Amino acid sequence: MRLLRLFQRWLFRLAPDEKLPIVLGQRRIFIVPTRAGALFAAVLTVMLIGAINYNLSLGHALIFLLAGVGLAAMVQTFHNLFGLRLLPGRAEAVFAGDIARFPLQLENTRRQSRRALEFSFQNQPSVSLDIPPATQATVAIPYAAQRRGLLDPGRVTLITRYPLGLFRAWSYPYPVFACLVYPQPIRTPLPGSASQAAGGNRSEHGGQDDFAGLRPRQDSDPTRHIAWKTVARRPDDLPLLVKQFAGGGADDLWLDWSQTPADRDDEYRLSVLAGWVVAADEQRVRYGLGLPTQRIAPAQGEAQRAACLHALALYGTP
Amino acid sequence: MNGVSSRPLEHGETPWLLAVALITGSPHAWHLPGWLSALCGGVLGWRLWLWHRRRALPPRWWLALLVAGSTAGIGWQFGTLLGRDAGVALLVVFMALKPLEMARRRDALVVIMLGYFLLLSHYFYSQSIPTGLWLLIAVALLTGTLIRLHGGAQPIVAIARLVGLLLAQALPLMLILYLFFPRISGPLWGLPQDAHSGLSGLSEQMAPGSISRLIQSSAIAFRSRFAGTLPERAALYWRGPVFDDYDGLTWRASTPSAGTPAKSPTIDALGETYAYTTLLEAHNQRWLLALDMPTALPAGAALAPSLQVLSSEPVRARAQFPFVAVLDYRANAMETTDILQKTLSLPANINPRTRALAEQWRSMPPEKIAATALALFEKENFYYTLQPPLLGQDGIDQFLFDTRRGFCEHYASAFVFLMRAAGVPARVVAGYQGGEVNPIDGYLTVRQSDAHAWAEIWLAGRGWQRIDPTAAVAPSRIARGIAAALPDSEPLPPLVRLESDWLREARNRWEAANNRWNQWVLGYNPQRQKEVLSKFGLPHPDWQRMSAVLAGLCGAVLAIVVLWTRPRRRADDPAQRLWKKYCAQLRRRGVNRAPWEGPTAFARRVASEKPSLAALTREAAAHYTALRYDRSDTERPRRLRLLENCLRRLPPSRRNDV
Repeated sequence: MRLLRLFQRWLFRLAPDEKLPIVLGQRRIFIVPTRAGALFAAVLTVMLIGAINYNLSLGHALIFLLAGVGLAAMVQTFHNLFGLRLLPGRAEAVFAGDIARFPLQLENTRRQSRRALEFSFQNQPSVSLDIPPATQATVAIPYAAQRRGLLDPGRVTLITRYPLGLFRAWSYPYPVFACLVYPQPIRTPLPGSASQAAGGNRSEHGGQDDFAGLRPRQDSDPTRHIAWKTVARRPDDLPLLVKQFAGGGADDLWLDWSQTPADRDDEYRLSVLAGWVVAADEQRVRYGLGLPTQRIAPAQGEAQRAACLHALALYGTP
Repeated sequence: MNGVSSRPLEHGETPWLLAVALITGSPHAWHLPGWLSALCGGVLGWRLWLWHRRRALPPRWWLALLVAGSTAGIGWQFGTLLGRDAGVALLVVFMALKPLEMARRRDALVVIMLGYFLLLSHYFYSQSIPTGLWLLIAVALLTGTLIRLHGGAQPIVAIARLVGLLLAQALPLMLILYLFFPRISGPLWGLPQDAHSGLSGLSEQMAPGSISRLIQSSAIAFRSRFAGTLPERAALYWRGPVFDDYDGLTWRASTPSAGTPAKSPTIDALGETYAYTTLLEAHNQRWLLALDMPTALPAGAALAPSLQVLSSEPVRARAQFPFVAVLDYRANAMETTDILQKTLSLPANINPRTRALAEQWRSMPPEKIAATALALFEKENFYYTLQPPLLGQDGIDQFLFDTRRGFCEHYASAFVFLMRAAGVPARVVAGYQGGEVNPIDGYLTVRQSDAHAWAEIWLAGRGWQRIDPTAAVAPSRIARGIAAALPDSEPLPPLVRLESDWLREARNRWEAANNRWNQWVLGYNPQRQKEVLSKFGLPHPDWQRMSAVLAGLCGAVLAIVVLWTRPRRRADDPAQRLWKKYCAQLRRRGVNRAPWEGPTAFARRVASEKPSLAALTREAAAHYTALRYDRSDTERPRRLRLLENCLRRLPPSRRNDV
């Protein structure tokens, strides 16, 4: 078993492709007859026996022509993959239970189109596409994200049976793919906005009412807090500054680990938090996130949502 | 895999499959019973209508009913379900009905495979040139259907182009396989009873009417090519079956009596010999139709005591036989008493008037008897016609004394009867007489309409002598052929009586093409393969060597195909090529462009790192940028020259510069 796995590893080169773009060369393309191909061969054999038995010269010609077509189709099937260039892209984060889509940019440098290329991850549904001659196309390979965290979909299986379906050529490109999977949100009512847990430290965190100074901008800061006037007076290459506010925000919402049902497991509690983040974002309130390992200051907007969900997705992972 | 084959068919795939069913099935309409063709056509039409209207397919029991009904019909029509014709009929029915339950890819595959079988089965009935062309078209359609099934919707032109490419790549492979694949001469097992039905030619017996029926066919019996000069037409007697047993109505070949050892016949050549090769059509009989008399026989053939050339096996496929013949001969000057007895015996108590006439001649020498009989045919009012009146009991009496209208078989039969009654050993020989030279390829073409029957008498010391009583009645039959001997009112196949020159010319061309086809394509048997391969420098090839050559050649062709269809990289844009060259030059001068660096950014970096090259690089980058990204630029050729010029203006690189 171990030997077999080693052999497979050697044959199929089951290591991630570091060098980009990935070019499908001879060494990486495998080809075997399909069931239809085996049937085709069996039918030709039976026909040949018939042609010999009845001395059908034209029958011989027909069988040999079909055999020739089959062999030519084998070469065509191989060439349908040969020389294809692949460049992996970044996958958008998804919630667990959704379909993650890994974009793969394909470049067809030859003068014929490549048709019926099927891409899939192991045990995942496949997606098929055609690439016209000398063009680029992008395929989004689906992967059903089950668990939160950083999803590594593994190698891609690229199959084609074009043109006649008698042979199946395949390759295992292994682009370095990763997709952030947020916990599956569980919708429960938002906790009360007056948060006891974070109440004591409220003044330490950025509020919205009283101007408290300037600090370099972070990605999660809303654009309307940028101190444009100050920024305009400074040289170009310094980071943007944002106004910092202290205290105040009665509508600041703290979504804290301690508010989630303590009798459930961690995954459930993370899901509850994720549900709150989504709901808070929909209601356009400012919210912060409190996790045992990390705190995210209250803010609002796309960046805040992403930052919170990112923290939830990777909670507890090294 | 299962997932693929159970995929439902797309709407656009169905018409392809229906076309496959139509093109592979329809040629069988020629020989299938009319009701079956109508049923299949109707079912296909129905399926097309269902497709057009996007209706659901009929329920399974409908289909079962149709299958059961048509199978029963075929059984009733052919009397069996196992023979060749019934098998083909069943295949056609299945092909027509399968589309009615065609919903998934798997069903489509069944239709394609059935199509291959149907294509093959068509060659039972015809292997002519048009059939060969139709084969190509049908294979193209089947391949196109497979492409449509596995490549999704695409323009028909794209499919046609790929089919053309695949066929062009397959043809050399087909040629190699055709020439070098070790041929085995079949059959491998017992053929069904009806395997060779429909082969026409002389039969094993001769009754009044059997030859005149054959004459209605202008089909070719065989073709011969003479190495030297052609004998004159009147001497062209092609010997077929010899009949020496008469029952009052039918002539048959007698079975050799057991016990007497068969004496091998002797033929003494007295004149010039003629070497020729015959390409004999399949007639499912053992006789080989040699020119009277053969002195050298093809391998595998033997001369029977009755002087007919018999092959060891019935001729079931068109085959080639080399002969040498002599026209002036002495055949079996010493004959066994067994044969002499047989060729004198007559059934008792029939044709009393003929017997009485012959009794009067008994005292004469045999030559005189024959001459008297011929003179009788010549002088009396005998007619040569294809439509003789029906004869009853004592047919020869009726013919000789009352009706006096008949065809070669009547004359031969009456003559032999007279001879035997007069005590001269005589027998009937059937075969062909004459033939027509095709000026296109020089082959002498002998048709079924040249079928003939004549007589042979045995004279002590001179052996068997041919006597053709028909020549006495209708000399033009022998000298100029059947069409000249018969009045215009007699029914003859239209091609036998060709008047117009261009029609005759067209037929000659067509038949010459067919002859080549027959020799090279259809007559390509193990023996012919050996001949061809020895021309290719492979003397005495056995199957191992043939397989080795076959594998080598196929590998070579495949390698060519692989190289031919290798995905070619799009040729670099000339601007890109020049820019790459320019950057390579700069690398040698110490500035290396990073792969991600655009031309303008690179020029800016060169300006800071190597000011001496700043101006030139900025210029080159500007030209390159315009060439690559400004589609509206109208001065591309000039710009290309300028870019090239920049490359030339680079100062020579000095290593110590770095």
